[in-house]
Amino acid sequence: MDELKKTETAAPAPETAPQAKPGAIPKKTAAKPAEEKEMLLVTASPHVKSPATVRGIMLDVIIALIPAGFAGIAVFGLMAAVTIAVCVCGCVVAEWIWCKAMKKPMTVGDLSAVVTGLLLAYNLPVGIPPWMCLIGCFVAIIVVKQFFGGIGKNFANPAITARIVLLVSFASAMTNFTAPKAADAVTSATPLAIIGSPADFAAAEALPKLTDMLLGLHAGCIGEVCSAALLLGAVYLLARRVISPVIPLCYVGTVAVFMLLASKFDFTYMLYEILAGGLLLGAFFMATDYTTSPINTLGKAVFGVGCGLLTAVIRLYGSLPEGVSYSILLMNIACPLIEKFTTPAYFGQIKEKRKKKEKGGAAA
Amino acid sequence: MSNLKPDAILRAVSRGRGGVHVPHRKLTAECETVRLPVPEQVVLPMQQHIGAPCVPTVKKGDHVLVGQVIGDSDKFLSVPIHASVSGDVTAVGDVKIANGKMVPAVTIKSDGLMETAEFTPPEVHSVEDLTKAIRASGLVGLGGAGFPSFVKLTLSPDKPIDTLVVNAAECEPYITVDYRECVENSQNIMDSIYTLVDLYKFKQVIIAVEDNKPEAIRILKEIADKDIDHGNTVRLMTLKSRYPQGAEKMMVLSATGRKVPEGKLPADVGCIVMNVASVAFVARYLKTGKPLISRTVTVSGDCIADPKNLRVPIGTSFRTLIDFCGGFTEPPVKILSGGPMMGLAVVDTDAPLLKSNNALLAFGKNSVYAKPASQCIRCGRCHAACPMGLIPTKIEDLALKRDAEALKAAGTMVCMECGSCAYSCPAGKPLVQYMRLAKEVIREANGK
Repeated sequence: MDELKKTETAAPAPETAPQAKPGAIPKKTAAKPAEEKEMLLVTASPHVKSPATVRGIMLDVIIALIPAGFAGIAVFGLMAAVTIAVCVCGCVVAEWIWCKAMKKPMTVGDLSAVVTGLLLAYNLPVGIPPWMCLIGCFVAIIVVKQFFGGIGKNFANPAITARIVLLVSFASAMTNFTAPKAADAVTSATPLAIIGSPADFAAAEALPKLTDMLLGLHAGCIGEVCSAALLLGAVYLLARRVISPVIPLCYVGTVAVFMLLASKFDFTYMLYEILAGGLLLGAFFMATDYTTSPINTLGKAVFGVGCGLLTAVIRLYGSLPEGVSYSILLMNIACPLIEKFTTPAYFGQIKEKRKKKEKGGAAA
Repeated sequence: MSNLKPDAILRAVSRGRGGVHVPHRKLTAECETVRLPVPEQVVLPMQQHIGAPCVPTVKKGDHVLVGQVIGDSDKFLSVPIHASVSGDVTAVGDVKIANGKMVPAVTIKSDGLMETAEFTPPEVHSVEDLTKAIRASGLVGLGGAGFPSFVKLTLSPDKPIDTLVVNAAECEPYITVDYRECVENSQNIMDSIYTLVDLYKFKQVIIAVEDNKPEAIRILKEIADKDIDHGNTVRLMTLKSRYPQGAEKMMVLSATGRKVPEGKLPADVGCIVMNVASVAFVARYLKTGKPLISRTVTVSGDCIADPKNLRVPIGTSFRTLIDFCGGFTEPPVKILSGGPMMGLAVVDTDAPLLKSNNALLAFGKNSVYAKPASQCIRCGRCHAACPMGLIPTKIEDLALKRDAEALKAAGTMVCMECGSCAYSCPAGKPLVQYMRLAKEVIREANGK
């Protein structure tokens, strides 16, 4: 302190003396009464930020996905838990390895890899071998997400793309659906496979009851069977304003209208089509993925309707029983195009035509 | 509130979009305005307004009186600057102001007497008289932007004005100067309004207040109800408390339903928007002839010992204000001139208070929270929050590509830097900074 006083009295401009060597006298400056001499933080406005974080958003999605996971485990047994665990760990480890190997900032903490892992697991049948799950994780995190620049840069939904890769690579394992524990059968067809086209619907045998469809007591992927749990999670996401209702409503609504028309207004058929397959999981949790869906509301509506049309067309006229994954993937790819054509006018924007008119008027 | 008839107050239809809910934190709302003792010295920068800087009209060693003109300019877009204390000019030269820039300024050492020059109330019979007088008073918009008020009040023949909007929204957190103005000087506000109505023949005058200030609404309502002589032109309007409700274009939209087109001013849609403190000043000036030499400032923030609303001579150093409010309770990390959404982080506290500074806020390390910036996840919250309907994340991309044409088409220039986008961004992106960069890219391209 004495030394400091000396320098202060000796220096012609005492205010600048402590700042000249800030590293040398950190304690002494702190002890001084004139706090102003410490450097102030200067940043661009705004100086307050909302509490929302990427991690918080991802945590909300994870919370919303938990009921469907438990329902899957309850319906299919502990093997479902193993598949979920393998997928989540696989995705997190893949992300960790990528960040380490590429010497990038560690992004495991944002929890987006956990969300991808959960969604991937929910889109797989129970009996799938763990090594196939790991291939899915690799495709989702490394190929689809990190090759294109990491979170926010991927053009397609990682979980959906990974599922499709697995589906075309291991068709039999991916369509070998275990029946619920309660049923006698070991393997079973999914409701969508049983339903078939509207014409076959009336004659369909062994179709689960509608209440079973809601509770998840039918064959299918781990996360998609229990519609009630999915809707619970969806309500949570909507209430927390993590997702906007536009995409899910347009998506499910379009499928519903299309199915009603196709079946000549058979409401039961329509309900089966909505509750079966991955429609609710896809509409609320995967089509709403921020990165691969349009930002503006009109774009979201177009995106949702597009997904709905594709799903309905694939289900009714395609050779595949299920079309949710493919339709979302196709619309993901169309997303930049949709955004380009649906960009909303900004405040006070003068339309191109009027601009030209005004210019023309001025010239005349 | 009980004696208020709800139907008597206009309720703004929520025509606007976007905006964010920011915690109000109006700590000083009930603190009556206190007059700061005469400071030892004042520093009066020659540019305290948007437009051409003034040229000093005094030199070192001159004795000046309170209210004496010490800087003026012959340019149109400029207003004179007056001495805010009496005393001797000790320096005419460059000083560092809050943003770190060096600007020419006049430094006056106070003699503590506050001897005033002779003030004569201006005689106002026409709009021209008024604008001339307002220019001479040195008035700039006291809400923060610092636009010379006489320019707003100058009529142009091709732009008929039918509406005056008195802006008392005060949507920035912490700041309470407009609220105190409404509570303490409501008579001045009304006197001004009547003078302006008589001169300009406005069809309507709308006083817009956010609904989180019931006391201000009650007081203004009482006075607005006495408005019989003026054909009931004055209305009170409550606005939803939603940042940035007080922004000029938002204000015009909420109050009248008119949209100001890009690149235009409220006058183009027949409106004049004035801050409530500026309006109150007009009446004071017309009564006394005393120019703009002091203003009200909120000194607040969580590391100010005793937050207050102060009446302060222009040019007083920030340090003097903070000392008067009991100093800091902990070492400050960030000091702002203005509100937390649009205010400026100051470099040091020796900087002088300008005409347009409505608040001085100090924050300790616990409340200065820097979100670590990560990659955009395209959640669209910035677009949803933007009152101008822009897509900030897209503009960021285009700015980094330096694509001036695409930036113009995306509407970059209508951005008012309100900060709603950066406030709501979960990835902690400094979006306002990118918007400024984008504007710079456009200016650069235009310059070529």
